[in-house]
Amino acid sequence: MRDVAVVGVGLTKFGERWGDSFREMCVEAGVKAIDDAGMDGDDIQEMFVGNMSGGRFVLQEHIGALIADYSGLATNHIPATRTEAACASGGLAFRQAVNCIASGAQDIVIAAGVEKMTDVSGGETTDALAGAADREWEGMYGVTFPSLYAMMARDYMNRYGMTREELAQVAVKNHYNGARNPIAQYQKEITIDTVLNSTLVADPLRLMDCSPVTDGAAAVILCSLDRAKEFTDCPVKVLASTQASDTISLHDRRDISTLDATVAAANRAFDIAKIERKDVDLVEVHDCFTIAEICAIEDMGFCKKGEAGKLTAEGYTALDGKLPVNTSGGLKACGHPVGATGIKQVCEVVTQLRGEAGKRQVDGAEIGMTHNVGGTGATVVTSIFRRV
Amino acid sequence: MSVPRFWRKQTNRYNLIGTKCETCGTYYFPPRSLCPKCRREGKIVDYKFKGTGKIVTFSVVRTASDKFDLQTPFVVAIIELDEGTRLTAPVICSDINEVYIGMRVKSTFRKISADGDSGIIVYGTKFIRE
Ligand SMILES: CC(C)(COP(=O)(O)OP(=O)(O)OC[C@H]1O[C@@H](n2cnc3c(N)ncnc32)[C@H](O)[C@@H]1OP(=O)(O)O)[C@@H](O)C(=O)NCCC(=O)NCCS
Ligand SMILES: [Zn+2]
Repeated sequence: MRDVAVVGVGLTKFGERWGDSFREMCVEAGVKAIDDAGMDGDDIQEMFVGNMSGGRFVLQEHIGALIADYSGLATNHIPATRTEAACASGGLAFRQAVNCIASGAQDIVIAAGVEKMTDVSGGETTDALAGAADREWEGMYGVTFPSLYAMMARDYMNRYGMTREELAQVAVKNHYNGARNPIAQYQKEITIDTVLNSTLVADPLRLMDCSPVTDGAAAVILCSLDRAKEFTDCPVKVLASTQASDTISLHDRRDISTLDATVAAANRAFDIAKIERKDVDLVEVHDCFTIAEICAIEDMGFCKKGEAGKLTAEGYTALDGKLPVNTSGGLKACGHPVGATGIKQVCEVVTQLRGEAGKRQVDGAEIGMTHNVGGTGATVVTSIFRRV
Repeated sequence: MSVPRFWRKQTNRYNLIGTKCETCGTYYFPPRSLCPKCRREGKIVDYKFKGTGKIVTFSVVRTASDKFDLQTPFVVAIIELDEGTRLTAPVICSDINEVYIGMRVKSTFRKISADGDSGIIVYGTKFIRE
């Protein structure tokens, strides 16, 4: 297998993008990434687009061809493929692009992700997202995504004694980081009281424990490492990109508040990358709900089960902590356009490793990691990056 | 959910009929036609669950999809049946504050949702305190 590098990143502003369409956002991110790589559109040999539910949110399928067309690459007839694994759709697009180059099939590939969630009502959004779980045996009973993660949170708090305040600190930290990210949906700091006084969505989770509903797109350009210097002075090498599956339903898991797919994907990634947990300088994890960040830190092996709440409260995962987590603001503050999130995480890590993250820069960051979850943990993609 | 899609598993939903793998002795609800442990070696038969068990974890849904909006707030739970199988279902109670982890529950036949005033009504299994 050949070594692969990221040579370009592009992001749209995340938020309610009332004036912009699905395709416009994705093309905007793609053009920014191509610009950033200093290459020509004609250099792109293949395209992967992560998208969860164009069919439900904008009544559009056949996303690969649509984006190839509107980015002016359909007339080059490049292969364009949509990838889908609910909220991990972007992560899948990235991993497919990595494998496409590593295998020698192509030299230069674009991986994008896009979601337009605000064109439908809140109730419809909630129902569409429920399709990431088992529609027939979970969603049919009115179970929502927040309530599935809430059941994880209740199980976790009951077993490990994490306090409501410790859990709230995840949101406080991520809003602090989001306030330093110009593309974030919410760029305002909050306090623990903001979280504790926000409305209950699914007990024990409140509004401020939840990622929001977001429009946005992200794109990255990947290239074989041996050609990377043609396009950039600071390529970021992909040390590993792994994926794992687990049962579709939360009730069928071995352990309700452990994501075994995270454990499996992370273990594989560290094996392939040949680095240790302590070598990682920052990580973007899938905090679709505050509890998800707590589980992610533990299940990736950065600390023991039951310890992440206390570590978060102590500032271990803060911007100036030992292991900064979600410097972008995470899904919570930066926003969560589901299909775009996995690519946005890669953009953030690459920006950090290049030293271009401005007010939220982690000093001297050399190795970064991403963690993208589909559903309640039925799909997980993890990737590890190093500045070269 | 469409009518054919619901009707296909209607008897299972109404009567809590799942499956059992006679090869390894594992019970499945929702029903599975392939035992993930034994795969092609598994011998799958229908099994009617007793319908009793306990709450493993739960939440109260306060923001729902349109179809369930009128029912909020309602309790959903992961329930471990006495046969050892876990499933997700709503729990009916007069006071949502009385539900707790470990609470004993039993199944009951109830309306799950309705598509407006004249649309199809979906029935199925919910749980109440034993
Ligand atoms: C939590 C949720 C139900 C809130 O939706 P809602 O009740 O319709 O909230 P509203 O849109 O009415 O927003 C109310 C206010 O809170 C703000 N807000 C909404 N969600 C927010 C969030 N997650 N974080 C911070 N602020 C939020 C809004 O901007 C709005 O502020 P304003 O009054 O100043 O304009 C919705 O964001 C949601 O479903 N999130 C989960 C998404 C999800 O499941 N993703 C997949 C995960 S795998
Ligand atoms: Zn079996």
